[in-house]
Amino acid sequence: MSDRKTLQIQRMSAHPGPIPGTGVQRDVQVCKLVDTTTCIGCKACEVACVEWNDMPFGATTFDNTYQTMPETRWNFWNLIKFNEHPREDGTVQWLMRKDQCMHCADPGCLAACPADGAIVQYTNGIVDFNQENCIGCEYCVSGCPFNIPKLNPGTKKVYKCTLCSDRVGEGLEPACIKACPTGCLKFGTKDDMKFIAEERAKQLRDNFGMEKAGVYDPESIGGTHVIYVLHDATDPERYGGLPKNPTIPWSYTVWKWLFKPVLGAFALFGGLGVLLHYVTVGPRRPQPEPPNKEGTNGNGD
Amino acid sequence: MELSRRTFLKGTLVGGVGFSALGFDLTPVYAQTQGLKISRATETRSTCPYCSVSCGVIIYTLGDKAKNAIPQVVHVEGDPDHPINRGTLCPKGSSLEQDILNDRRLLKPQVRRPGATDWEDISWDQANAEIAQRVKKTRDDTFLEKDSQGRTVNRCEGIAWTGGCTDTNEFNYLVVKSMRSLGVCYLENQARV
Amino acid sequence: MTNGWIDIKNTDMMLIMGGNPAENHPCGFKWAIEAKIQRNAKTIVVDPRLTRTAATADLYLQIRAGADIAFLGGVINYALDNNRIARDYLVNYTNAGFIIKEGFKLPDDGLYSGFDPETKMYDKSSWNYEEGGDLSGKAVLPTPSGQNARATHVQGSDTGQGHQGASPAGAKAGASPVPLLPSKVAFDLSLQHPRCVFQLLKKQYERYTPEMVERITGIPQDQFLKAADLYTSIRKDGDMKKVSTIIYAVGWTQHSFGTQIIRTAAMLQMLMGNVGRAGGGVNALRGHSNIQGATDMAGVFDTLPGYLKMPNPNDVDLATYLKRITPISSKPDPWNSFNYWSNTPKFTVSLLKALYGPAATKDNDWAFHYLPKIDRNYSWVNIWNDMYEGKIKGLFAFGMNGVMIGPDSTKNIEALKKADWLVVCEIYPDETSEFWRAPGISADDQKKINTTVYRLPGAGFAEKDGSFTNSARWLQWKQIALPPPGEARLDQDILAMIYLKVRELYQKEGGKFADPVLNATFAYTNPYAPSLAEVAKEVSGKALADITDPKTNQTIKSGQQVPGFAWLKDDGTTACGNWIYSGSWTEAGAMIQRRGTEDPSGLGIYPNWAWSWPANRRVLYNRASCDLNGKPWDSSRRQVWWDEGKQLWVGNDIPDFKPDSAPKDHMGPFIMNPEGIGRLFVPLGGMADGPFPEHYEPIESPIANPLHPNQSNNPVVKKYKTEFDKYGTADQGFNVICTTYRLTEHYHYWTKNNPMNVQLVPEPFVEVPAELADRMGVHGGERVKVTSARSHYIAKAMVTRRIRPMKIDGKEMFQIGLPIHWGFRGIAEDEGKTAKTLANQLTPTVIDPNAFTPEFKGFLVKIEKA
Repeated sequence: MSDRKTLQIQRMSAHPGPIPGTGVQRDVQVCKLVDTTTCIGCKACEVACVEWNDMPFGATTFDNTYQTMPETRWNFWNLIKFNEHPREDGTVQWLMRKDQCMHCADPGCLAACPADGAIVQYTNGIVDFNQENCIGCEYCVSGCPFNIPKLNPGTKKVYKCTLCSDRVGEGLEPACIKACPTGCLKFGTKDDMKFIAEERAKQLRDNFGMEKAGVYDPESIGGTHVIYVLHDATDPERYGGLPKNPTIPWSYTVWKWLFKPVLGAFALFGGLGVLLHYVTVGPRRPQPEPPNKEGTNGNGD
Repeated sequence: MELSRRTFLKGTLVGGVGFSALGFDLTPVYAQTQGLKISRATETRSTCPYCSVSCGVIIYTLGDKAKNAIPQVVHVEGDPDHPINRGTLCPKGSSLEQDILNDRRLLKPQVRRPGATDWEDISWDQANAEIAQRVKKTRDDTFLEKDSQGRTVNRCEGIAWTGGCTDTNEFNYLVVKSMRSLGVCYLENQARV
Repeated sequence: MTNGWIDIKNTDMMLIMGGNPAENHPCGFKWAIEAKIQRNAKTIVVDPRLTRTAATADLYLQIRAGADIAFLGGVINYALDNNRIARDYLVNYTNAGFIIKEGFKLPDDGLYSGFDPETKMYDKSSWNYEEGGDLSGKAVLPTPSGQNARATHVQGSDTGQGHQGASPAGAKAGASPVPLLPSKVAFDLSLQHPRCVFQLLKKQYERYTPEMVERITGIPQDQFLKAADLYTSIRKDGDMKKVSTIIYAVGWTQHSFGTQIIRTAAMLQMLMGNVGRAGGGVNALRGHSNIQGATDMAGVFDTLPGYLKMPNPNDVDLATYLKRITPISSKPDPWNSFNYWSNTPKFTVSLLKALYGPAATKDNDWAFHYLPKIDRNYSWVNIWNDMYEGKIKGLFAFGMNGVMIGPDSTKNIEALKKADWLVVCEIYPDETSEFWRAPGISADDQKKINTTVYRLPGAGFAEKDGSFTNSARWLQWKQIALPPPGEARLDQDILAMIYLKVRELYQKEGGKFADPVLNATFAYTNPYAPSLAEVAKEVSGKALADITDPKTNQTIKSGQQVPGFAWLKDDGTTACGNWIYSGSWTEAGAMIQRRGTEDPSGLGIYPNWAWSWPANRRVLYNRASCDLNGKPWDSSRRQVWWDEGKQLWVGNDIPDFKPDSAPKDHMGPFIMNPEGIGRLFVPLGGMADGPFPEHYEPIESPIANPLHPNQSNNPVVKKYKTEFDKYGTADQGFNVICTTYRLTEHYHYWTKNNPMNVQLVPEPFVEVPAELADRMGVHGGERVKVTSARSHYIAKAMVTRRIRPMKIDGKEMFQIGLPIHWGFRGIAEDEGKTAKTLANQLTPTVIDPNAFTPEFKGFLVKIEKA
């Protein structure tokens, strides 16, 4: 593994001391662009993800929707969310959005994680989980504003989209990006993706009568390494619960800020953090109900 | 237990190094450790068998074609050179690995005898001998050289051929050659429906 | 497709109708998206459901299944009314100015002239051009036609090359003298003559008013007008720069008037001057990897490879056959017609030489009588019908799951019970090979089924080489990745094994007319495992003697591959298995294996990638992309053009034209029609049901045809008569319109064996409009039972607002939708997660009279809580 470039870590969960290897190599910030206006909900990205990562197949049940399952799973990291949005004239706008880890610039999962090196952020912006280091505490789950990380009850480890860090590390695009038939998914540097996204949004406003078209790259978490072009950027919630202003629970940011300099007592602080989180946010479970269970997905109510 | 290949490979690569929950600085675990699973696999260019867009696919198989390596598919991805799909694939094309490597595949010739309630295995030779005899008998029984008006028709109406959508052009040509030579008129294909 | 997948990116406007490319051809649909992004192209989607294609559309209209001709006819009417037509194109490249014979009658009452109610067939002699000369500006009664005109037999249909290309072997063929096209057609280029095609066309479609469109299709007038205006807006003020495309699939084909829907689209495209142009055309998406190839290679009963017609019993010898099927040009006297089908004898004799080799000699008419002669319909539904009636004893099903495909799967199962033997070659256990234990057949019943079934394990796509032809007519070779599993064998080895064994039996025992069986060429290096590369070379064709082109003095040596079909001979010196594929494998190598990724024009032509028929031309009829002087209508999308210096047609694509025919010669761009022009009006035998398309109701319809209630259905369509062939009516309570389709997550009856795809969509479902579900008291996920006059189907309801209630002829109606993918063998089926009913148990046995495709769309059902 030393004979080729590995991804360089820029941030690491609960790590005492300096981050190994920082500053050794420079890197570009990578980004996925998801243009929901050209997404056809074909699920090629879902399959490409499962296939590339050799994930085992799970059972699903028909739930009055084209959506494969209500939310991502530990072994299903990429999910198209289908939503039938009623228009004023009584017609329906059928929205499809690829849901997956957003690879936040300021990752809530990483901030919440008490296990040394279980979550890392590479200098290219990818947020990756190292299951070897994961202790299965699931703080990342509640730290995520997008409901993405999921526990495998068998291994007691948490999993999520890696942004195909293995492929990206070898100079390849992520599997979902490569598969996408319409090109609604694109991959490149964050600057390029941002530029293309803004251009596309402008085209939608100027030529296709979508006055509210815009780009989703929420500032509240420092931006994301997965950005969306939306028909209506003023209402991201309609795309299967995309939060307008995603935030990390403050309890996680606070304990890190308070105790990070004190390295040796990490485990204790971890415990404190949990307590603090429990007090401020509440118990970890149950998870918020996924929106489609409430009937906004596919059943037209 | 449902363990993904990626996890498994990672575990293998880092050897006996276990948890670092207690804060040991175990550099190799932090860095990305998985080798690209297709980096040494054999690449074969093919065409997706599903719809008529004809996406180019690359089938990655185990081994380097050495005699002792029995190829098996490990991954299928779009062919980026193909001008139409340019590397993309739909959800069906993306799951082609499961079409090739599928435990529901038929592996042996079988026969269901008249009145039987189940399949029985049959050898290829036996199946072929029986089929050929049936074809010949049916043709001889139903072949019409002249119709009621005395016109040459040379047709066999007792046999029908239905061909599938994934039959290649060359196979279809052999079908036309062999079936029309038998006098088959009921010659149809998915192309009709 | 007249054009190709990548070419869609060149369009300015798309009408997607009768197809759902985002779901069924996602990777091809990228080029529609590309047109939107690169050219700001607009998309209009007209479909019974708001599909994933419609989700990306600029304008979506919900149409009643089966009302497509009414919609398109309405757009034609709108284009004519608002002068959104391509005048020069229309006058010079179509038969708009041709005069039709007196006595031809439009179907105001639902019937064209010549209908015989007894046989339910037309005497088409009045559907013909008038013989004569230039009547331009002489819009008076024409002079009577001459008596001794040279004439020809009409060929094929119109511009379509696919499915609809073949006309049936008429049951009455030869019974009476076949009417002929006049060699000199009377014409009026001012398009004023009351009997010119243009005026008749206007009259035909002025009945398709927005009001009428609304009554038939259920599309409110304002929405219809919006769509008609948007689609035709590219031809505002006659400007020819912009171009629009029409994209369709079996949502059009699978009707009892399917071919006529496609013709309506072709007519609209010709009126607007969109055929032959980059970003234009009429584009059949085709649903499977190689059904374009199967059609080309005559996998259907009525043709021989390359769309040559099957002989009929009146073809007493080769000369008679060739005379019947070889057209003679028919056109206005001052014009020219290439009439490429005049080469039919060369293609035919070369085919016979390829099939029968040395046994095909001049003395035995090149073994012409080795071929069966047909004079009735042997198409798909007739296989099952006739098997049920005991005529067919044995069936081969090679990768074809006839029980699932239907229509009326129950009838197909009953038919198989009556067969002596069935040979299935498959890669998964399928419903056809296991028909004898279909749900509802008890063990005792099975004991009474005497059919012997052989199930042979075939090879999957990755295990075989060979070529597929995509819907853009590209032939592409694929390589073998791995051997078949277990004892499975390559399909061609299985076919060769059976055929050579039969041949052996004939050699030993003799039998009925053994000559063709014994003499068909099978001289492959290993006949028992024929190399598909060798077969492909045989298909492409070779010289059997030294042949020389007198013009260039180039010589092809005996045994060498011919460079293309222009080299084929009718004297036995060439052999070619399929003339349209000639040139696909030449002395220079396998053109179909080429992988050149360069596209110098930027039009997506990729001339060095694989090979497309004919002659590597990527856009058919591309001469029509230029004006009369040979200059491209749009200089930014230059496909071909006339080079005055070279006195040749040149360009980025291969000209689909006679290369040295100067524009002043006025040769028509539609070189496969004897007229050389595109047919707005299809004369004589081209179509079974009318020279212009007319809206007819599906065989099961909730209303009487608002145009002519007394002739509601297609008059030439016949119902079948076994006890299984029941047709429902609204009076019997079948008042919900049902349509069937595929999902993007599944592929026909194949991916139900694939755990990945099963995970994506695990179970069958029925899409039900929310308003209908409310009335039924059904919630999403609850089981419903859908019943037609034939059978029932049980699945969970997907309650949705993507299908809305409609007003059809003033009455409120509902449509529901049924994905077709589930049967009684599959992962979900074997786990007991489905009701094991088949979507096609519902569908009726009734076929389009031209293409013989069953009416899988737009039949009647009732739906209730299960």
